[in-house]
Amino acid sequence: MAKMKRMLPTPTPETQHFWDGAQNSKLLLQRCDDCSNTYFPPRPFCPKCASRKVSIFEASGKGFLLSYVINTRPQPISDTPYAIAVVELDEGPRMMTNIVECEQTPEALPLDMKLEVTFEKQNDDITLPLFKPAGA
Amino acid sequence: MKQNSVAVVGAAETTDLGKIPGMSQIMLHADAALNAMEEAGLKPSDIDGVATAGEWPTAIAHYLGITPKWVDGTLVGGCSFMMHVRHAAAAINEGLCETVLITHGESGRSRVGVPPRGMETSSLAGQFEVPFGVMGPPSMFTIPVLRYLKEYDLTVEDLATVSVIQREWAAKNPRASFKDPLTIDDVLGSSMIAWPFTKLMCCLVTDGGGAIILTSAERAKDFPQKPVYILGTGESVETPMISQMEDMCSSKAFKVSGAKAFEEAGISHDEVDHLMIYDAFAHLPLYGLEDLGFCKPGEAAAFIRERNTAPGGKLPLNTTGGGLSYMHSGMYGMYALQESIRQMRGTAAAQIEGAKISVSHGVGGMFGASGTVIFTNEA
Repeated sequence: MAKMKRMLPTPTPETQHFWDGAQNSKLLLQRCDDCSNTYFPPRPFCPKCASRKVSIFEASGKGFLLSYVINTRPQPISDTPYAIAVVELDEGPRMMTNIVECEQTPEALPLDMKLEVTFEKQNDDITLPLFKPAGA
Repeated sequence: MKQNSVAVVGAAETTDLGKIPGMSQIMLHADAALNAMEEAGLKPSDIDGVATAGEWPTAIAHYLGITPKWVDGTLVGGCSFMMHVRHAAAAINEGLCETVLITHGESGRSRVGVPPRGMETSSLAGQFEVPFGVMGPPSMFTIPVLRYLKEYDLTVEDLATVSVIQREWAAKNPRASFKDPLTIDDVLGSSMIAWPFTKLMCCLVTDGGGAIILTSAERAKDFPQKPVYILGTGESVETPMISQMEDMCSSKAFKVSGAKAFEEAGISHDEVDHLMIYDAFAHLPLYGLEDLGFCKPGEAAAFIRERNTAPGGKLPLNTTGGGLSYMHSGMYGMYALQESIRQMRGTAAAQIEGAKISVSHGVGGMFGASGTVIFTNEA
């Protein structure tokens, strides 16, 4: 089966900084200047206290494998089964991702495995943050 | 809401369930609505409130020849109909309308008269989930489960057991899509969809519809069917993104909706005779039993394994066979409500003798939303 095309994000004014950061190999999060809440996905206000005073900062890119499935149905991003995972970042927020530089098997993907971000360029506008086993 | 102030006076599914290639989606709504109106002895001119999901209420009202004074188009996925019941009960109590028709119809399998599916890429889910290769609910709704299994030291056999026991209920149901007995090995050996989920841990994809008619309890006494009263209701939403649910082992929307419904109903869990928990996948009954408070966190798998929810058990659960074996058109909540109503009327295929209270609990999206309705047949 021919590989289908990965659906790529369409950035909005509120998320453009995140995608610009990814193009520069930076994983950007936001933090509230009033209540210190760190959050994701991006929005120009704090979802905890509603303050509009928020700052963008570069995350460590480190986290752990919280949960995942190995998709074997029609596969838009790979010819073989691949993990769709949720990583919990050291800063707290969680994000969906794929795990790369690693076999896509239950044995190779134990929960709580330490992960670090890596960036995969898709086209001139979009680079996706993916994760790999720490130190890989 | 006020307990027992509103009652179901009409409830029906489409004449057929399963494969219905001869009806477009809007006709599935209408077929169920006509069946419900017939058993209630009502004409379109007798209905003054319309609620639906999946089609515009405007389209349903016009198609059926109804001129409503009250409309609800709440669309939050498969539990939308639980919310419609709740909103309709409030509207009837407030005097906004007298007789509400709630409809569902979905050509989930045949896809007749259904807009084409498309993925959008600018919402938060479109930007931060879709690019990672998600392919609908089987590869998304299932993501939290490995964490749940690890947290409570459970196995894939525990998931498979849910499918096996619900098939026992389906065997009692002539309208169920699948009735043949299953073993745990059958479930684990069926084709892999998204590890750890095999095909038999995932719901069916079928065609069908359902409709419910509600009016005040006072007026309900004059209708031909035995009234089924609304005892308590709840609703909530959490997030449209499975990756952002607060706790991978529990649904916040389930907890808020369930607690509110039990509070309104003023009942304890041991008073519940019959339970429906929307089972799009085999883990839903586990989360539902725990988040509704029937089991402590992590104990639902053992509760099911020990046959408490099986035929003959103390808490009959998903007595049609559920979304895993009975039918699942896409927004299954309507069928959970229909079975609760049948159980309260005493007309279910797998009737629980003497049942007086039934809880119908729905999910919308992927742990995104929840609605709960508690029914009773005692005025």
